[in-house]
Amino acid sequence: MSRIEIKNLAKSFKEDAVLSGIDLDVPQGSTLVLFGPSGAGKTVLLRCIAGAIEPDSGDVLLGGASVSDVLPEHRGIGMAFQNFALFPHMSAYDNIASPLTARKKTGDQIRKGVDAVARLLKIDHVLDHTPKALSNGQKQRTALARALVSEPKVLLLDDPLRNVDAKLRFEMRLELPRLLSDQGATVIYVTQDYREAMALGDRIAVLDGGHIIQNGTPEEIYRKPATINIAKLFGDPTINLLDVVPVSDASGVHAMLSDRRIQLDPGLAGYAGKECVLGLRPEALSFTDASDGVPVTIEAETPFNEKSVTLVTTLRKREILLSRPSGTPAPQSGTVHITIDPSDAVLFDRETGLRIDPNGNNQAAERAA
Amino acid sequence: MDHMSPLERILRAIALALVVLFFMFPIFWIVLMSLQTNETILRSPPSMAFVPTFKNYAAIIAGRLDSNVASMSIHFMGNLMNSVILSVGSVALALVLGVPAAYAFARHKFKGSEDIAFTLLSFRFAPPLLVLLPLTLYFQSLGLANTYVGLIWVYQLICLPLILWIVRGYFEDISPDIEHAYRIAGHGWFATFRKIALPLAGPGIAAAGLLAFIFAWNNFVFALVLASADKQPVTVGALAFVTASGIQYGQIAAAIVMSIAPTLLLALWAQKYLVEGLSLGAVKG
Repeated sequence: MSRIEIKNLAKSFKEDAVLSGIDLDVPQGSTLVLFGPSGAGKTVLLRCIAGAIEPDSGDVLLGGASVSDVLPEHRGIGMAFQNFALFPHMSAYDNIASPLTARKKTGDQIRKGVDAVARLLKIDHVLDHTPKALSNGQKQRTALARALVSEPKVLLLDDPLRNVDAKLRFEMRLELPRLLSDQGATVIYVTQDYREAMALGDRIAVLDGGHIIQNGTPEEIYRKPATINIAKLFGDPTINLLDVVPVSDASGVHAMLSDRRIQLDPGLAGYAGKECVLGLRPEALSFTDASDGVPVTIEAETPFNEKSVTLVTTLRKREILLSRPSGTPAPQSGTVHITIDPSDAVLFDRETGLRIDPNGNNQAAERAA
Repeated sequence: MDHMSPLERILRAIALALVVLFFMFPIFWIVLMSLQTNETILRSPPSMAFVPTFKNYAAIIAGRLDSNVASMSIHFMGNLMNSVILSVGSVALALVLGVPAAYAFARHKFKGSEDIAFTLLSFRFAPPLLVLLPLTLYFQSLGLANTYVGLIWVYQLICLPLILWIVRGYFEDISPDIEHAYRIAGHGWFATFRKIALPLAGPGIAAAGLLAFIFAWNNFVFALVLASADKQPVTVGALAFVTASGIQYGQIAAAIVMSIAPTLLLALWAQKYLVEGLSLGAVKG
């Protein structure tokens, strides 16, 4: 019984509203990733749930019961802080053991609990070190071990991989999902890294400017971003955004690119003649031999290990990025043609920045904002 | 810093020696004086060559001040004891009151908290003589004049603001996240204060306590006005050496050596805690 519900929560510091109208529902045993740029209010929201900060209004429910009047030490939460917040005057062992000592476990139970979680996180050899003597990765694992050791039903992880090096971050990104599902806890995971968000979240809630602007599965966030901003935050290389004015005629709705028609969803007919932004994921574009493709000129290619990114320009010198798996044959220079998978194209209203839903359900997008 | 030329190292050593000499010389000279008689002290030109004598110390410990004209009794050891009681008592009370108050001011901002904190600090602004006259009258009618309790109470004007403001800064320097983490781990606020805030601010508390002790020890004017002979600390008691038959320099020097010894020893002992405070900390790597 550890579903997390947040109802209409608001918090401001002095005159600045940090959070307003936050509604979230995280079912038991699932992981919600709270994603957003720095200063979006992610950490504040996490602290409101943990009880370190009192919200101005709204309610937090754990397992169906409001915890507004419950002190942080009685909420039964495990939390890992972004800055680790280890107790500098205690050894790693005592740090990890602190949730167990608070629960009045016997010395034997504490030793077993700490040893088990330390082995799991591969820090069992540094348990007698103080935090000062630990590497960043070990500190991060110690903080995580401290959050996990009492097997809490609710886990709050505040960007735990922020301060660790790239290799460890990659390893932990692989290990964490298994670790979290083994715990069976309900997890809220804060991150600024879209890869982490996509890898770990059952759902992702995008927080910006103190509001949740979209709450959906990783797939939905990636393929149907609610706003241009979200589209830009997810994906590397970033999505191509092209100013277009859709045209509707007998053959359907289309936008023009390099004097070629890009067929759009017929549901978008209502937006013909309006200023829009066309979003094209770089991996939704591919080179083609067919001459009816969109003619572009190759400007530069950047090879990465797993993919190659090509910068091309259209006839009107609009820049487009195109990404393909490494090793696939592709032209290297000159004027070539590309094809666009219309089902991968997303259209945004240029004025409001909101995604236009071809099924005419635009209110949904507006409400989400 | 790691790679100094030999010349640099020599110059640095000379500079350090000069600084040490400059600050230590008066103490060194006082120690020398305390081992001489008035005659050898006052000879001209002064010389470092003399036969050391412990007569000054013996006189002070015995409580008999013998000059060439007459002999009188002094209570220097009693004064020393008074100093210890007053300083230890007032610093202990100031720590008991000031440290929790500092924590409250650092962590729990409430309406008017800044004003209260500033009011406490402002006790240090007023010249002591300004408060002494009314205080004497009050103390006499309350029966607090010439009692340890009354003096320790007045000494809070010196110790409490000092401890409050120094320790508050140390509490504010502790990342609140560390305390949040301990709370969320399941510990109550008092356990968090005792197990996290106090140890982490420990070096600061030691420093503030030491400073307060020195200020309390060196206080003169409160004790001069509010204490009579049997409660006087060394600062006031030292006046007894200025006698009708002359100033007993040798005995004054011996008295000074004995009265700075406790603070000096305390400072040396507290030093390791002060240094420890600098190397502790660092939440993030």
